[in-house]
Amino acid sequence: MGTRAETTFIVVSIFWAFIGIVCPILLQFCMGKSPNKGIVQIMFIMTAVCCYLFWLCAFLFQLNPLVGPQLESNLIRVMQYEWFGIDPTGHHHVKTT
Amino acid sequence: MGSLFRSEDMTLCQLFLQSEAAYACVSELGELGLVQFRDLNPDVNAFQRKFVNEVRRCDEMERKLRFLEKEIRKDGIPMLDTGDNPDAPQPREMIDLEATFEKLESEMNDVNANSEALKKNFLELTELKHILRKTQAFFDEADHHTMQAMHDPLIPDDDVQLLGEELGRHAGQALKLGFVAGVILRERIPAFERMLWRVCRGNVFLKQAEIDTRLEDPITGDRVDKTVFIIFFQGEQLKSRVKKICEGFRATLYPCPETQSDRREMSIGVMTRIEDLNTVLGQTQDHRHRLLVAAAKNIKVWFIKVRKIKAIYHTLNMFNLDVTQKCLISECWCPVADLDRIQQALKRGNERSGSSVPSILNRMSTRQEPPTYHRLNKFTVVFQNIVDAYGVASYREVNPAPWTIISFPFLFAIMFGEIVGYDFSPMDYHIIPVPVCNHVR
Repeated sequence: MGTRAETTFIVVSIFWAFIGIVCPILLQFCMGKSPNKGIVQIMFIMTAVCCYLFWLCAFLFQLNPLVGPQLESNLIRVMQYEWFGIDPTGHHHVKTT
Repeated sequence: MGSLFRSEDMTLCQLFLQSEAAYACVSELGELGLVQFRDLNPDVNAFQRKFVNEVRRCDEMERKLRFLEKEIRKDGIPMLDTGDNPDAPQPREMIDLEATFEKLESEMNDVNANSEALKKNFLELTELKHILRKTQAFFDEADHHTMQAMHDPLIPDDDVQLLGEELGRHAGQALKLGFVAGVILRERIPAFERMLWRVCRGNVFLKQAEIDTRLEDPITGDRVDKTVFIIFFQGEQLKSRVKKICEGFRATLYPCPETQSDRREMSIGVMTRIEDLNTVLGQTQDHRHRLLVAAAKNIKVWFIKVRKIKAIYHTLNMFNLDVTQKCLISECWCPVADLDRIQQALKRGNERSGSSVPSILNRMSTRQEPPTYHRLNKFTVVFQNIVDAYGVASYREVNPAPWTIISFPFLFAIMFGEIVGYDFSPMDYHIIPVPVCNHVR
């Protein structure tokens, strides 16, 4: 199927496409005579556009981030040592505990 | 299309109304709320318009209604608000309404004047009652000192210097002290005393006692503290001076009998009169309350009716009177889609007034720019008002309101998320651990 990112992208896009494109067309037949039909159609489309855009920006930005979390160098050294077993010289070491 | 995207199609119409049917037709059109009349008499002064007398009568009625409403509110009676929307009454009903209001207003005025007079009377009697009660003690003291000073003229009496000296000087002479008794506001007592001392050169004797209960001032209605005082003096000159000072300080003087038995009789009389007055006052208040309760049932409906009458006459003032044909001409803007409903409303108005000649609605073509009209419901009117606050769209301009239904809340939600996510939450998890750490340490 592809990576998890692609699956998520497709699922969410289909969801908002349903709300933003399919629902207004359905409404054309359900609410054909009501005077509020136009307003409700606009509301569906606007909701889909606003929410989809919002989600898309956050998703794409996190997919290929421009900046990461800002950490001090000492903290990075400690993390590498404790979590990944890499000592400052660059070699792996075996942790006893 | 009857939607919010842009203004409705508007058209300028000419309306020919028979004079008898004019009132009813305008009333029906007003209930419909779909027509905007143009003022055909823009250069005519407001006081020279045709229906200015009727408008003045409506103003009078509104004034009386407002007076009644104020009285009702003062008594705290709940006003019934059924929420129904009565139609504007016929012109002949206006006379009935006027008569009703006139009667109610004059009755209220009578009742108020009566109760004010009664309250003043009541106040005087209450003050007299307090005076009679307190002066008993004064007279006892005065007698005591008189007896004492007359028997031992050489003993200086520091408490009652005036009487003592006087009596010392005229020892053996029969002493006839005149006195006045009255009531004064408690705040004025120090200045009063000082003035008495200076003017009478220390030759008068003032005794005072405070009244414990607060008395109700009949005019303003609030409760004030008062003090009973009694001034002893000798001679006519001092008497006139003391009386003038009392007048100046707005102290009310009361005739107080000298002997104890007279005083007791008077106080019994005063008590009975106070009780009678209380009964009468109670009955007056009841009557007033009943009047107001009866009025409170209808007052909201009356307000609506009077306002509708006034609006109809203001609208009729904008019409042009065509004297030769005995009809009123007006120009109005209305949506094209609603022309049928307007025709029906005109027909209804004609039937109501029983006029034979039907009203005519004529479409005119014009180059003027029509007013903007959006067809709104309870939900969309909110957003349309927000958008109109920035500026009303011109005729057939694209209306941003339907888009704002979603975009305004969306942006406000984002801003709210910013405030909480960037300001409040980080603040919380930086500030809260500080005292916790201090405590742990």
